[in-house]
Amino acid sequence: MSTITAEARLTAARTASHALRAVRRRRYLETAGTLLLSFVLIVWTIVPIYNMVMISLEPEGDVFTDHIWPRVWSIESFWGVLTQGHWYLEHFWHQFANSMYMGAMVTILTLAIGTLTSFSIGRMRIRYGWLVSNVALLTYVIPASFLAIPFYRIMQNYGLANNLWSVIAALVAFATPYAFFVFQEYGRSIPIEVDESARIDGATPVQIYLRIYLPLMAPALVAVGTYAMLLAWNEYLYQFLLLSSKSSMTVPVALAQFLSSDQSPWNYMMATAIIYAAPPVIIYYAFRRKMTAGLTVGGVKG
Amino acid sequence: MNGASVVDIARPAIRRRTLARSLRGTLKGGEYTWALAFVVPYIAVFVAFVAYPVVYGLWMGSEASLYRELFADPIYQSTVVNTVLYLALGVNIKMFLALLLSGFFMRPGWWMKALLLIFVLPWAVPQISTFISIHWMLNGEWGFLNNVLYGLFHIEGPHWLNDRWSALGAVIVSHIWKWTPFWTLILLAGRMAIPLEIRDTAKVDGATGLSGFVHITFPLLANLYLICTLLSTIFLLGDFNAVTFVSGAGPANQGHVLATIGIRNAFEIAQPRLGVAAVMSALPMVIPLVIILMRKLRTAEVQL
Repeated sequence: MSTITAEARLTAARTASHALRAVRRRRYLETAGTLLLSFVLIVWTIVPIYNMVMISLEPEGDVFTDHIWPRVWSIESFWGVLTQGHWYLEHFWHQFANSMYMGAMVTILTLAIGTLTSFSIGRMRIRYGWLVSNVALLTYVIPASFLAIPFYRIMQNYGLANNLWSVIAALVAFATPYAFFVFQEYGRSIPIEVDESARIDGATPVQIYLRIYLPLMAPALVAVGTYAMLLAWNEYLYQFLLLSSKSSMTVPVALAQFLSSDQSPWNYMMATAIIYAAPPVIIYYAFRRKMTAGLTVGGVKG
Repeated sequence: MNGASVVDIARPAIRRRTLARSLRGTLKGGEYTWALAFVVPYIAVFVAFVAYPVVYGLWMGSEASLYRELFADPIYQSTVVNTVLYLALGVNIKMFLALLLSGFFMRPGWWMKALLLIFVLPWAVPQISTFISIHWMLNGEWGFLNNVLYGLFHIEGPHWLNDRWSALGAVIVSHIWKWTPFWTLILLAGRMAIPLEIRDTAKVDGATGLSGFVHITFPLLANLYLICTLLSTIFLLGDFNAVTFVSGAGPANQGHVLATIGIRNAFEIAQPRLGVAAVMSALPMVIPLVIILMRKLRTAEVQL
């Protein structure tokens, strides 16, 4: 009797431990898989950025050697960029200021035009508002680079060649459709009764827009503002075509000029690229949560 | 007689009133003026900077002889091949990776959140910076990639950007590197939007792992996946930067895509009309895409 129960208990314990071991083994495998995939993803993501940082930290002569980490660490090239110490970098701060100005203007105008139009279509329900929305949707799906050649011609006709405002106009035209979708989508979460009661109390449309609509839309404003800023910062083609004079040039155009020369000072280029990349990276990580919320609304649904 | 003339005079007034009402909708006079004033800035921007260039472009590329010249150009012929490969491989590999990775990032834990922060870096860093870095990385003599290959395996790597196919491959890989994080985030949000009850019920019913993905997750994500693929196709078709900075459309102009050949024709060989024609030759592909996409986007808007 006792031997039988003992045996039964033993087999029961064995199967239990088998099951436990199987679960444990699976968990180990899963953890190992996660770690392996994480490692691959990190290497994949970091390599081009590491390359950029590595070269920027090398003295000029060391770039043309075979190595995979800097032999001598030096911040010479960053210093060179910041003090405009290389003849390629003579106008760096001016170019940087141009880029900043362009980004700021694109952001402000996209927000202003985007909210005004969305307010009129979504809140005041202007007739034929859907037509404007659809036309904007069409703009969203036309590749900007396909319009570059006629746009260049037209800017020559308008007399806006080598003027930052030509690029600002193009970017605002291409950023506003996205703004509409985010604003209209977000605006649906604000009950229309809020506007109506203000209207009954005698508020004018301008007052409703400024005092009620804009404050309630703040999160969407942050999302779209960040998007517009990043769009301007990532853009190259229109700046390359429209801004070629010394006074109007921006950082991307200058960087591309580096690239096309035979004697590219790679360490200075990479330092410039990193300094140029800093503002959007900071802005992105600061507003990340709001960005992704906005992107899923507008970026996917249109 | 008299009565009839009164009616005749009164009728246009009534008609005018209904016309005005149909334009204004429910808005009162002053409010309508404001609503109109709020839309005017966008309409002005649209007419001056979108509609006018579109019409101007259509006019520039309206001669049939341009297309004969264009199709006979060997550079254009290789451009078409490149564009098709770039689209087919770039979009599909990227979207499929994004679909898989969005599932991976659904796993719980702080590590996944931290990893996601690193993973989105390519998207947060401006493309000009990183594409220039990749360009130098692929340099045959001093580039990072060949240095690593030599250091680890004693292999002499090739001059990646001097061969047409490896240069195109580099552009495609760079594109995938840059944009996979973005679409992963979108699909991740799409997965998060699937109600927890559905996932739990599916689990109870035994739909876990692959069968859960095939029967539950993918059908719910399919529409989103299709919209993302179409949008990404159009974005990629208009992509100028990856080709310009990574391969420089080289070697010897063999690496162009439609977005870059237009600019090259217009500004390097000074034939703007031929440039517009190159872009216009993409229209037979773009128009159906845009129609499907607009329809999809509108139904998606109605559903939610």
